[in-house]
Formats: sequence, C-alpha cells, structure tokens
Amino acid sequence: MFMKYLSNVTTLKMDREKCIGCGMCKIVCPHAVYFVAEGKATIIDKDACMECGACARNCPVDAISVNSGVGCATGLIYGMIGSGGTCCGGKDCSCS
Amino acid sequence: MSMNIVQQQHWIAGSVMSQGEEIPRVSTSLTSEDIIGAVRVRLSISRMSYIVEPGLYAVGNPDTTSSVLVSANYKLSFDCLRRALVDLDVWILVLDTRGVNVWCAAGKGTFGTDELVNRIRAVGLEKIVSHKKLILPQLSAPGVAAHEVKKQSGFQVVYGPVRSSDIREFLKAGMNTTPEMRQVRFDLVDRLVVVPVEIVEWSPYFFLLGLVMLGLSGLTCMGYEMSSLWTRGFNIFMILLVAFLGGSILGPALLPWLPGTAFSIKGLCVGLALWSILVPVLDLSSDVWAALPLILSITSFMAMNFTGCTTYTSQSGVKREMRYAIPAQILLLVVGMFLWVKFGIV
Repeated sequence: MFMKYLSNVTTLKMDREKCIGCGMCKIVCPHAVYFVAEGKATIIDKDACMECGACARNCPVDAISVNSGVGCATGLIYGMIGSGGTCCGGKDCSCS
Repeated sequence: MSMNIVQQQHWIAGSVMSQGEEIPRVSTSLTSEDIIGAVRVRLSISRMSYIVEPGLYAVGNPDTTSSVLVSANYKLSFDCLRRALVDLDVWILVLDTRGVNVWCAAGKGTFGTDELVNRIRAVGLEKIVSHKKLILPQLSAPGVAAHEVKKQSGFQVVYGPVRSSDIREFLKAGMNTTPEMRQVRFDLVDRLVVVPVEIVEWSPYFFLLGLVMLGLSGLTCMGYEMSSLWTRGFNIFMILLVAFLGGSILGPALLPWLPGTAFSIKGLCVGLALWSILVPVLDLSSDVWAALPLILSITSFMAMNFTGCTTYTSQSGVKREMRYAIPAQILLLVVGMFLWVKFGIV
C-alpha cells in the first residue's frame, strides 16, 4: 500500500543543467520520485518525496539538494525541549 | 575480529578459510533464540544492545568470485538478511552501525561512506575477493555516496533491493532490480510491528497524566472526597487508557483509510470513534464533554508520533503538521482537564 503525506512541503530541488543522466537518483529513491529519459532525470512525483536524502548523497555532480532529515514528531519534540536532538540519535529512539 | 567471541554465537556454523584467514560462517536458519530475541526488541527490551560483531562473515562456501553483501550490525536486520540467503554462497560485510537498522543508520550517517571504506580496509576485502563490487541495501543510500566509495576504495557500490527477501531474485537476474524491489512499502504488518515500542516508550508519560486526572477526580463541591477516586477517578483513568492504547494501535492499523493526510487529523478521527463507543458503554452524564477533548488530545498526539515509524513522512511535512497540531493538542488537554475539574465541583 503506497500512502501520501502532506503535499507541497518537500525541500527537494534539482538543477537540470548540471544533470548528466546517470540515473543514480532513480535507483536509490524509495518512492519512485524520478524518471530518467534522454540523458536527464526529471522529478515526476515530488509530493512522494520523504526527504531521506539518498538522491542528493549519490548524485555525482551535486545537481540535487534537499534538506534531509527524519520525519519523526517524537524526535522533533525531543529536539525542541533540548534532549537528544533528532530521532535515531537518542538511545531511546523507537526507530531502530 | 576475534574468532573466539564470534564462534560462541549460536548462529555461527563453523568457518571457511580464505587467504589463510579463518572467517566465521553464519547459519541461514533462525532458531527459537533468534525469534525470542526479535520479540524482545520489538517490545523495546534491550533494543539498543541487540548487536552483531562488525566484520566479514561467510554464507555457504563462498570463493573469490562470490558476491559481497553489506549489512548493518543490528541483529534484527542481520537475521533478516541471513534468513534470505539459504543455499547461496556469498560474503556478508557487517558494518558498525551501533546496533541501529540500515535505514535509520544511513540517515544518521553511521551506515555511511567512511565506515564502509574503513571496514573494507579492516577486513582486507581486496584479498578475499577478486572482483570490485559490493551489494548494498538500497535503503543505505542516504548515508553512502557510491561515487565516493569508488574513489576511496576502488569498490563499485551496487544498490540492491529494499527488502532482503528480494536478494535471491536480484542475484539470479544478474544484479538487476524490478521497480517493485526499489519501492518501500508500509503494509499492515509493517505498521503493526512497530506499535509496541511506541506504547512502551510513551507509557510513563501516559501513567503520569492518568494519575493526575485520577487525583483531580477527588475534587468535589464538598471538598476532597477519597471515595470519588474509585468511581470518577477510575472511570477517567480507564477512558484515558483506552484512548492511549486505541490511538496507538488503531491509528497505525487504519492509517490508509483514516480521513486526512496529517497524522494528527487521523488521530482525531480515531479519538472521535472511541469516544462515541465509550459514551453509551459508560454512564458518564456531563463528564462525557470533559472526556471528549482529553481523548482527542491523546489519540491525536499518539497518531502524530507515529510519523517517526513510517516510511514516507518528510521532515518538512512533520514540522508543518506539528506547528498547528501541538498547540491544538495542548489546548484540548487543558480544556479537558478544566472541564473535568469543573464537572466534579459543580
């Protein structure tokens, strides 16, 4: 079952000028956000992006930018009250 | 890696020799010990120390041409992988992810380029295999830059499928994936297995709130009545318990079908449903109007916290949701507490 979260929020951006069409972004994306054709990648499903950062990390020409982070309310709450920082950082985080 | 420490593990089945080095061989079948261990960590017991010693392991009888699969050292992840490798001859390179699963460790950077490159060197992988390919789980990609690994170690990273159960097919297809293998799912079972940890983690806060509400139930127009604790106090404690457990379980279970995209809204729907079931069951008179905001506050909060367990919520989205959801949840809680005290006194 594929579910969608809030739309028009992702910080994902791609510079098509820089793109060399290697297709790594399409390979690593867990939500089929990219499509590659004629030597260029295109963002075809932007709202499916969960900002995991895999595409940006694996783009060899730095054509992709995204503020990656864990979409975890518990982690953000702990961050706000100043204990433990983000989710998956604290020992008692539930996401392992 | 010390052979002695590793060989004592129940999931080790002998060893193989490679380039004069003894490398432990892992069993591909899980025993009752592994299953009990998995149940324990799913209940949040010793979850952060369920680890495998990092290093190189053999499956079957691998040689210099065999594939190398890279994994995290969270034993639940490692067990999931080895179970999928029955009758295969491969190497497993276990990274030190501090006992955290592949995806979360990649997000933190512990399943990352540096650790991978260092681990390749530490085990002397270039002497063990004659090829220059590593198969990584696709979900490690947020932490690993394939082009950097190639530059620093000479090894080419091939991102395999998301799920270890697809590895056999992936290898058989000459290291090719299908679009389905690349996409993350979040089915009913995936959602429910992460629920108990959420309940365990939040239960101290819940009990604190329950006790406060229980204590507040003693306030009446004739002063503080201990007898009220057993009637009104017990009622509200049970109502909150239903909201806490119901919100934590039903929210995730019914996730795709609950109205709204924001989890806090989905949680409100669960709360409303629970309240409408509780009203005819319990004889609460005016207290039902105090119970409603309390229930909504808890179910909305628990559903919102489930965002951290999902496979598709972005941080920007969660931040936007929290901006209005947290003030609303606090308001509901305060209003509910106020009404509860008011109805007790009047």
